[in-house]
Amino acid sequence: MQQPPDAAQQKHIVEIRNVSFGYDAARPVLRDVTLSIPRGAVVGIMGQSGCGKTTLLRIIMGAYLPTSGTARVLGRSTAELDRAGLYAMRRKMGMLFQFGALFTDMTVFQNVAFPLREHTSLPHDLIHDLVMLKLHAVGLRGASRLMPTALSGGMARRVALARSIALDPQLMLYDEPFTGLDPISFGVIVRLIRELNDSLGATSLIVTHDVQEALGVVDYVYFMAAGRVIAQGTPDQIRASDEPFVNQFVNGKSEGPVPFHYPAPEYDTDLELAAS
Amino acid sequence: MPIAALRARLERLGGTVTSHVWRLGFASRFLFYLVVHSGTALRRFRLTIAEVYFAGVLSLVIILVSGLFVGMVLALQGYETLQRFGASESLGVLVALSLVRELGPVVAGLLFASRAGSAITAEIGLMKATEQISAMEMMAVDPIARVVAPRFWGGVLSMPLLAALFSAMGIFGGYLIGVQLIGVDAGAFWSQMQAAVDWNKDILNGVIKSVVFGVAVTWIAVFEGYDATPTAEGVSRATTRTVVTSSLAILALDFILTALMFTGGNGK
Amino acid sequence: MNRSTIDLWVGIFVAAGFAGLLFLALKVGNLASFSLTQTYYQVQAKFGNIGGLKVRAPVKSAGVLVGRVADIRFDNESYEAIVTMNIDTAYQFPRDTAAKILTSGILGEQYVGLEAGGDGVMLKNGDRLRLTQSAVVLENLISQFLFNKAAEGKEPAK
Repeated sequence: MQQPPDAAQQKHIVEIRNVSFGYDAARPVLRDVTLSIPRGAVVGIMGQSGCGKTTLLRIIMGAYLPTSGTARVLGRSTAELDRAGLYAMRRKMGMLFQFGALFTDMTVFQNVAFPLREHTSLPHDLIHDLVMLKLHAVGLRGASRLMPTALSGGMARRVALARSIALDPQLMLYDEPFTGLDPISFGVIVRLIRELNDSLGATSLIVTHDVQEALGVVDYVYFMAAGRVIAQGTPDQIRASDEPFVNQFVNGKSEGPVPFHYPAPEYDTDLELAAS
Repeated sequence: MPIAALRARLERLGGTVTSHVWRLGFASRFLFYLVVHSGTALRRFRLTIAEVYFAGVLSLVIILVSGLFVGMVLALQGYETLQRFGASESLGVLVALSLVRELGPVVAGLLFASRAGSAITAEIGLMKATEQISAMEMMAVDPIARVVAPRFWGGVLSMPLLAALFSAMGIFGGYLIGVQLIGVDAGAFWSQMQAAVDWNKDILNGVIKSVVFGVAVTWIAVFEGYDATPTAEGVSRATTRTVVTSSLAILALDFILTALMFTGGNGK
Repeated sequence: MNRSTIDLWVGIFVAAGFAGLLFLALKVGNLASFSLTQTYYQVQAKFGNIGGLKVRAPVKSAGVLVGRVADIRFDNESYEAIVTMNIDTAYQFPRDTAAKILTSGILGEQYVGLEAGGDGVMLKNGDRLRLTQSAVVLENLISQFLFNKAAEGKEPAK
């Protein structure tokens, strides 16, 4: 599974330039977003729910095309790719979905073996060894015969991680990897993200709103709100940022640029107290 | 009724019809794509065989039991009426023709839609809701070729076999009641049946019907599953739509096919 | 449920399905009898009125099925119906065989009945039967009956 050499020369694995996108024309989700992910880095994209970060991930995946601007992934613009080209690009990427998205009708082993069986014609023994390797890397080699329904949330996510690295991808995408994990499982995932990135020589992109956890693992952060990048920097820079929204987000304050109250009429009016 | 309200209703009606037509077009393109990309389902026949198991084998019990009961009831009801005209020896003809021409394909189709069709829709819908379909797409595997196509061909292959088994069981049930219980002459039962049931006209037409129904039901089932809203409520609604739409489609197609096969071309 | 068990059950299912189909074909339908693979020869007969005879109607002799009606046409010169029949090569009939259009039961379907003659020479492919009897048309029968009744009624009056 050697990667073609030219991809290794790219300085930036992902380059997003002036990308705008909306699921329908009336409501744009991304407005003129520019960011880039250098090779070998672990980059976080953070923001509140609904700020557009998951949509950005889908654009990088090629599931959607930007309505304007370009998204270059692994050296090619997603807009230029036909279906075969898109699939070829995705074979070099791995994605970890929020709850794992394991195939429930297969065992752990069969799940991890799936990309190998679909895309390679390696002999059975070799596939077996590779699957064991990947499962060992996430610490679940002993669980290979279990069904996904028998796994805890954290274990399922680790198996999904093993599956997504089965073909040794150059780019790893993580969609909310820390959601709903207990502190131990969280620590495990953090360690794995770092280790895999470095040992595979890959680049990782983490989309999350778990600020404190993520700041401890990433090299660089992009902060998004309302479809725009409003701040970027190293974790230390972000922690020290005096941009009001970032400040509120990082420190978990309930009041700031994002108000506590959902827009509503005057309280008096709702309680029917005000005399007209 | 004020003009504005009437107009609003008409607009809604037009909108509903348009959206149904649009959806039918979408479903047709889906079917075309599915058939064109059936290479994986045929090359890796194991996948399709697994689906024949889930759709066909697991429906065997309900099909066989229902067939038996339908045949038995046909014999009871048929005898009751025939013996008034002194034609009780034609009981075999009645049971066989009713089953082979109509009840076999139609009732087996309806049962298949409820049992296997809804299961297929729920399965595909849930895979969509739990992001398994997206995960597959991300792993550069075409989910339609890998997940949908085997289920489609599994259903199409199972349906004619189930209909034939339904009819066979029904005739056996009719024999049990008619000959063993009621006492119609066994010889007359079988011989009149053999004289009246034609391989081309009746049995083959019944098989053609069941193939058409199989295609219709499975197409609807896989489409509704793939198109379901990825929430629990969405999957439940999609499953209901599968059963309702399949049942209506079977009955409508049955009418069209019967009109084509059994009435037109009535001798020179 | 492992792979080989699934394969086994699917195999059983498909075998059972085909067995059911076979049962229908042989025991229920008339596949075993006169149809696909028999060889036949063709003879023609002209009738004044074929009544309700249809293509694929049975051709019987002594009540036994010996063939099927293949084609029915109208002869514009003699204003008669020309019926072409496929007869199983296993059965040979003399040249002076008569063909009648008969009805199964009282109100059943119509078929061609062959009554063998005594000629030494047998019918060949393409021959024509000379002796024919048309179908009984119900209206003619009724008017005949009424006519007879009327004639009877007149006589005592004489």
